[in-house]
Amino acid sequence: MLKFMLRFRGGIHPRERKEATENKPIEVAPLPSRVYLPLSQHLGAPSRAVVKKGDRVFTGSVIGEPGGAVSVPTHSSISGTVADVVDLPHPLTGRLTTTVIIESDGNDTMVTTIQEQHTADLTPQQIIDAVRNAGIVGLGGAAFPTFFKLMSPKDKPVDTLIINGCECEPYLTADHRLMLEKPAEIVEGVSFLARALSVQNVIIAIEDNKQNAIEAIQENVAGKNFRVVKLKTKYPQGAEKQLIKACLNREVPSGGLPADVGCIVQNVGTSLAVRNAARFNRPLYERVVTITGPGVKEPKNLWVRVGTPVRDLIEFCGGYNGQPRKIINGGPMMGIALSSDQAPVLKGTSGILVFNQAEEPSEQDCIRCARCIQVCPMGLSPTRLNYHIRAKRFTAAKNEHLLDCIECGCCSYVCPAKIRLVHNFKFGKAEIARLKV
Amino acid sequence: MDETKPTLLVTSSPHITSPVTVSKLMWAVVIALLPTFAGSIYFYGFKALFITVLSIASALLFDALGQRLFGRKITVFDGSAALTGLLLGFNLPPNVPWWIPVVGSAFATIVAKQFFGGLGHNFINPALAGRAFLVASWPTQMTTTWLAPRGGIIPALPPTAVNICTDAVTSATPLNVLKQGSKLVLPNCDPQLLYQQLESWSTLKRLFLGTTGGCIGETSALLLLIGGILLIATKVIDWRIPLCYLLTVAALALILPGHKAGLLNYILFHLLSGGLMLGAFYMATDYVTSPLTARGRIIFGIGCGVLTMLIRLWGGYPEGVCYSILLMNVATPLIDRLTPPRVFGTRSKK
Repeated sequence: MLKFMLRFRGGIHPRERKEATENKPIEVAPLPSRVYLPLSQHLGAPSRAVVKKGDRVFTGSVIGEPGGAVSVPTHSSISGTVADVVDLPHPLTGRLTTTVIIESDGNDTMVTTIQEQHTADLTPQQIIDAVRNAGIVGLGGAAFPTFFKLMSPKDKPVDTLIINGCECEPYLTADHRLMLEKPAEIVEGVSFLARALSVQNVIIAIEDNKQNAIEAIQENVAGKNFRVVKLKTKYPQGAEKQLIKACLNREVPSGGLPADVGCIVQNVGTSLAVRNAARFNRPLYERVVTITGPGVKEPKNLWVRVGTPVRDLIEFCGGYNGQPRKIINGGPMMGIALSSDQAPVLKGTSGILVFNQAEEPSEQDCIRCARCIQVCPMGLSPTRLNYHIRAKRFTAAKNEHLLDCIECGCCSYVCPAKIRLVHNFKFGKAEIARLKV
Repeated sequence: MDETKPTLLVTSSPHITSPVTVSKLMWAVVIALLPTFAGSIYFYGFKALFITVLSIASALLFDALGQRLFGRKITVFDGSAALTGLLLGFNLPPNVPWWIPVVGSAFATIVAKQFFGGLGHNFINPALAGRAFLVASWPTQMTTTWLAPRGGIIPALPPTAVNICTDAVTSATPLNVLKQGSKLVLPNCDPQLLYQQLESWSTLKRLFLGTTGGCIGETSALLLLIGGILLIATKVIDWRIPLCYLLTVAALALILPGHKAGLLNYILFHLLSGGLMLGAFYMATDYVTSPLTARGRIIFGIGCGVLTMLIRLWGGYPEGVCYSILLMNVATPLIDRLTPPRVFGTRSKK
C-alpha cells in the first residue's frame, strides 16, 4: 500500500461528525408501500415512460427507456401496480418531471431477467451494455451515466481507473460501511470496470480516516494488481479532479474531462452496482443511504429502494428528533435542501441529513481576508467572481474561470462574512448559460 | 405537503459554515494587542490608558456616526472600529493633547473608512490614515509629546551618552538620533561614539523590552511579538506579510550603507525600533488593504520593507513604517491584478 504524499491545493477540514453512523452495520429499510420514481435521476436526457397507470410491474422492471445518447433506463424498485404517471416537481431541481408512482403489492417479486450470468467471457462492450441497461449512474452524488464514462473516445486513451472511496463529505458513512461489509463484491465490480476499460492500472483511493475500510479492501485485492491508496482526510478529497491530482499528480485541464489525462473515476458504490449488473443482470433499484443529522432520533445506514419517500426512512430511524428545519439530500457541503419530506430517495442520494436549526447568518461585506482563495481547490478567486456576478459582469466571471467552479462549498464554508458564494456562483453559471455569454 | 408543519428551509449548499466570523477575527486582533496595551499602561501609566480608551471610544462613536450618515447598518461592535481606535491610539505619543485621538479617530473612521463604503471597502488602513493626517496637520503635537516610560528613559540614549551629545538627546527617539546623526554630536567628539551608544546591546535591550520612549503601543517589541505570533499560530493573519516585511528590513540594513557600529547590532536596531513590529504584524496585515494571494502578500511585505528603509535612510522623516504601509495599500489593487492564483488545470504563466 502506498501512502501518497501528493495532494491537491486548498480544501478544508470541517468537523467530520461521522460518529453517529460509522460503526452501524447497514440495515435493510422496510419495503416502501409506494415509490416515486422521477424519470430524470441522472445527468443527461431523462428517460421516457414506457408504463401507464394500472400497469403491473415487478422489482427491476423497466419503467423508463433511455431518452437520448447520454441517458439510462429507469427501473421499478418494488413490485406492484403503477398508480400514476404524472409531472411532479423534481426533488432536487424543482422542475416538473415525469414521475412514475408505484403502489407496492408487498411481494417484492423480481423480474425474471435477474439471474446469475456467465461472466468469465464478458467482452468490454457487453459489460458496458449491462451497465447501461441496469440504469447505473455515478452513486457518489453527481449521477452521471456510468456507461458513458466507460465509452472513452479513441483519441483519449484511458490508462488508469481510480475507484473513489474517499467519502469526504461530513456525516456520510454509506460508502464507508459498504467497503467494510461488501469489500469482495466491490473489488469484483472494480474488475468488471477495469475489463470494460481495458486498463491495467487500478487505484482504489480511501481517506485515512477509514483505516478499517482500507484494510478490508486491501484483504480483497490480494492476487490482483490493484493498488489501495491511503489519502489524507481533507475535503473535497473525493472531488474527481482533486482525487486525480492527489493520486497521479495529473491535472484535468480547465473545461476538460478526466479522460483528457487518461483517467476514469468511479465511486465504490457504483462499482458494487456494476458487479450486480454484470453478474446478476440486476438493475440499480436500491442503494445505501446514510440517514443522519441532529434532527434524526436514531441515525442509520440503510439499504433503500430508490423512490422511497424520505419520511418513511426517517420514521424507520425513530422519527424526527425535534422539529426539522432543513432536510438535505446528500452531504452538508454539496447536498441539496429538500422542500418536503415526501421527496423520494434517488439513485444519487448518498445521505439524508436533518437539521433542526439551520441558521441563516446574514451576509456582511467582504473584508478581503482571502480565506476563500486559500481554500478553493480549483485555484479560483471566489471573492472576485462574486463581485463580478453581483455587478452582472458575466463575461468577466467567465474569463476568470467561473465555469471551473466545482461547487464544493469550501469558500462559503470558510467565509467569515458568511457570503453565499456558491449560491451566487450557481446563479452566475445559470446566467452565463441563459445569456450565452 | 402536510400543512400543519412549518416550511422547511431551502437554501443553496453548503449547509454548514465555519464558526469564524468577521467580528471574531477583528476581536482576535484586539485580544492579541492586549499584552501590548497592558505593557503601555505599565510604561506610561494613566496617560496611555486615557489616550487609548479615548481613541477607541471616538472611533466607535464616529464609525457609528458615519454609518448613520450614509444610511448603513450600524455595526460598530463588530470589532473593526475598536481595532482602528486601538491601533490609532497605539500610534500616538503618550503625552498628546486629548483632542488628538478624537480628531484622528474621526478622520480614520469617517473619511478613510465610511467615505469609501465602510468595512471592506476602504483602500487604505484607517488607523494609519488617521495617524498620517495628524502628523501632517499637527506635527508639533505629534512629535514632541513623549513621556519617559517606567523603568526607562525618554531620550534615545543612556545618560552616559550626554557627554558626547547635545541637548537633542533629551527629546529624540532612537530613529531620530540615527537620522540627525553627527548634527547631535558635540564638537570635538567622534560621531562613531554616538552610533556605538545607539546600537549598543543596552539600547537594543531597552528597545526590545519597551523601556525606550516612543508611541504608546510601539515601545515593546517583545509584547508585540507575542501577540503577532499568536495571530499567526491561530491563522488569523498570514505569516507572509510580517515575515517578508521584517526580512526585507533586515536584508536592506545589511546591504545598504549606514552608520553601522556593528552589523548585527545595526540590523537589530532597525528591526526593534520605531513602529516596525506594530506595523508589520498588526497594520500591514489588515485584510481589507493588503493583497489577496500568497504571492501578492510576499510582494506587499517586501514593498513595505523597501519603502520603510528608503524613508528611514534617505527620507525626510526618521520613521517610514506608516507611509510605507499606506503606499503599499494604494498599490494593492495593482498587486492583486498581477498575482492571480493559478487556476487548476491551466498552465502557469511563465
